[in-house]
Amino acid sequence: MKHPSEEQLILYRYRERDAPLEAIEQHLARCSDCRSDYERLQWVLATVSEQPVPERSEEYAAEVWSRLQPHLAKKAGLGRRMVTSWFGMPRWAAVGTGAALVVAAFIAGRFWPGHPTQAPPPVSAQVRDRILLVAVGDHLERSQMVLVELVNTQSKGEVDISREQRRAEDLLVDNRLYRQTAMRVGEPGLANLLDELERVLAEVANSPSEVSARQLESLRRRIEDQGILFKMRVVGAEVERREQRGGKPPSGPQGLANAPGRTT
Amino acid sequence: MEGNDAAAVLQARAGDADAFRVLVERHSHKVFRLAYRMTSNEQDAEDVVQETFLLAYRRLDQFESRSSFGTWIHRIAVNCTLDLMRARRRHNDDRVREDDMERPDLLESLPAPDPLPDRLVLSAEARRRVQYTLSRLSATERTAFVLRHFEGAPIEEIAKILGVRVNAAKNGVFRAVKKMRQALEPLVGSNVQAWPGVERQEQGMK
Repeated sequence: MKHPSEEQLILYRYRERDAPLEAIEQHLARCSDCRSDYERLQWVLATVSEQPVPERSEEYAAEVWSRLQPHLAKKAGLGRRMVTSWFGMPRWAAVGTGAALVVAAFIAGRFWPGHPTQAPPPVSAQVRDRILLVAVGDHLERSQMVLVELVNTQSKGEVDISREQRRAEDLLVDNRLYRQTAMRVGEPGLANLLDELERVLAEVANSPSEVSARQLESLRRRIEDQGILFKMRVVGAEVERREQRGGKPPSGPQGLANAPGRTT
Repeated sequence: MEGNDAAAVLQARAGDADAFRVLVERHSHKVFRLAYRMTSNEQDAEDVVQETFLLAYRRLDQFESRSSFGTWIHRIAVNCTLDLMRARRRHNDDRVREDDMERPDLLESLPAPDPLPDRLVLSAEARRRVQYTLSRLSATERTAFVLRHFEGAPIEEIAKILGVRVNAAKNGVFRAVKKMRQALEPLVGSNVQAWPGVERQEQGMK
């Protein structure tokens, strides 16, 4: 064989079945350049392997269990939610919700209520728009991920969608704040899209945590029929363009309303 | 062990919490190691361990007993970790990383390694470079690499876990390995003998 490529050497190192293992082995035996290259690859990967992982004590498994047990114990008494999440509200989701609150309050001109007698400094329209755009762009992307996962889920039997549900619940809280804020700052197109998204998220959040293939199909159809993913992509792209323009809206009074219109 | 796992799963499904405890005890160390390799953060790894076992408990009915419980729980752990990594990418932690991306390559700004370093110094330098490179990998590259390199998962399995085509998983591994080589090979230089598992020769010591 000719000199193996770097990719082939990597596959050879991992003994992947689709690499021509025998041919590479024979080549390495007679080609000193390739052998030297392969040895360097081995050293690199051996060094990566030496990276330490923090030690856990022998009691670690018991500690994990003791933290888990109270959550598992709730299984018997719960209906839709069999077990509460360890994260409760995941830390990262909590960050999202916190950010939504701050953004909404900031844009609404009531940053913190610490000095009730002192008026907050005015926020310029451009700064306000940029904050909203960054936050909403992020929110739309996260929402899109949840809906895409649901749309792409394939199953013939029962499907556990509890993880998507938890994320939908968290997003729902943010979504309300963004929708109200969008209305308040004169972004009716964006508010309409968020209104549609809110209904879809609410439907996901309120579905049973385990759904049959038929229920899932019906949920998927509703998401697809409303074209919500397409609208989110269009608005997301417009949000990104506006972010790049420093928050300046396109010409016209509707701001992000130039996105595809409502179907309801 | 796997046979015992199957029995424990059956008992846990029937509501026997002690049977689930056995599964947690058998697999929690491995799940922690995987989560740590993927996150490089102890607290995140601990959170992933908890979330993984909670999800597994909730989804025990979906576990097909002909497959391996170890593989199944690993798959859940990877998904939990990916969720966390995606979310992080969108929040504060990643703002730091984005800032980082705008800076000139930090590897280049690291001081050049001592031409004749002590083995410990070299190991520390290598560790720093591995950590740095891991932190710069995309979620797909990092997951594919961790699963292939540390967990020994075949590329087909990695593709299934990531929900991507086999070629995409393979490319993730290739890109990750190439980045590791770029980061580490400058250290090899003429000091190959100082590398792990390789005896140093007198001529390299001066």
